[in-house]
Amino acid sequence: MLKEEKPIYLQIEDYVCEQILSGKWPQGERLCSVRELATQVEVNPNTVQRAYTELSDKQVIENKRGIGFYVTANAIELIREEHRQYLLSHTLPSVLKKAKLLNISKEEIMTIYQNIEN
Amino acid sequence: MIQLKNVTFRYPRRKPLFSDLSLELEGNHIYGLLGKNGEGKTTLMKLMSGLLFAKEGSIETLGEKACLRRPKMLEEIYFLPEEMYVPSISIQEFETIFSPFYPRFSSEQFHNYMELFEITDFRQNLMRMSHGQKKKVLIAFAMATNCQIVFMDEPSNGLDIPSKSIFRKVMASAADEQRMIIISTHQVRDLHSLIDTILILDQGEILLNAPVEQITEKLLFKVVDTEGEAQTALYKEDTLRGIYAVFENINREDSKMDIELLFNSALCNRDKIKEIFSLQK
Repeated sequence: MLKEEKPIYLQIEDYVCEQILSGKWPQGERLCSVRELATQVEVNPNTVQRAYTELSDKQVIENKRGIGFYVTANAIELIREEHRQYLLSHTLPSVLKKAKLLNISKEEIMTIYQNIEN
Repeated sequence: MIQLKNVTFRYPRRKPLFSDLSLELEGNHIYGLLGKNGEGKTTLMKLMSGLLFAKEGSIETLGEKACLRRPKMLEEIYFLPEEMYVPSISIQEFETIFSPFYPRFSSEQFHNYMELFEITDFRQNLMRMSHGQKKKVLIAFAMATNCQIVFMDEPSNGLDIPSKSIFRKVMASAADEQRMIIISTHQVRDLHSLIDTILILDQGEILLNAPVEQITEKLLFKVVDTEGEAQTALYKEDTLRGIYAVFENINREDSKMDIELLFNSALCNRDKIKEIFSLQK
């Protein structure tokens, strides 16, 4: 069961992307069918269809007529780029805003960043 | 697939339940029929399936007048009532006797669904099974009929926790292009991931008939921190996470629909909800 507060179709998109990033669903391979995934995660097949359609628009997967959906050859790159953009435009600004409110200095933030690098 | 025009209905010696009710249901949706107790959810489904007759107006189901109960219509609809009557026969006999009424019944599907529900002994007498077990058999049977329309009245009532999950799996795998499923329910948490179109029945009228996609386009479900932010909310509830509120979705933000919150919003703001959703048509 999916539980987050995101719309279900977006949760399904995230799930598919995770499977691709982790290598469970390799690039160039066939995805489970809409019905299989719907049954597995217990959601309406129309919702899975919507997620698949959006992922096709983003070219993470492609619909080969009559055979099913396949992971595209550069899916991982596309997903990483999207995550990168999301982090830069949403996650980081909101975390840094909070840091500013709490008077955390740039230096302190840089220290954390550098410690991760090492 | 189902058309109600200006339907009036009342039970004898009671005030009218519906007067001048019109409603159209189309397509391969899983409808969630919501409404308070006594608003007529079961009655509405019985009218659609020809189990009750309207006093005035017309009801057409699959192109046939529902009240005529023509075999052509009956072989394409299945009604799973909340309180099930089952004869004193085995599951096997039940299948043998009742499946011939449904031309596209699949014995293979029936057995697959039953296996998912972990009912393997087909010699059991249906009448002696518990409420939950009977329900599983009839859910499996209903989906195996491959009828174009399946009505389910409170299907998840009486199912134990693992069975609710299996129920969702069965429904997700059985829903397809040619099938409409209408589920009346109070157990919205059991079914929110399956339902793709919401019907709210209130005070004898259809307050809302909209696909989830359209609902989240027009309404925003959001947790906010302060009363000030919730000022423009249509409806709000205090929760541990903050104020859970429903707004008009002016900036087209994505959010996850919460059926309970939607239901309460609709009942508290009948006119506003009608206004928001009528602009579309």
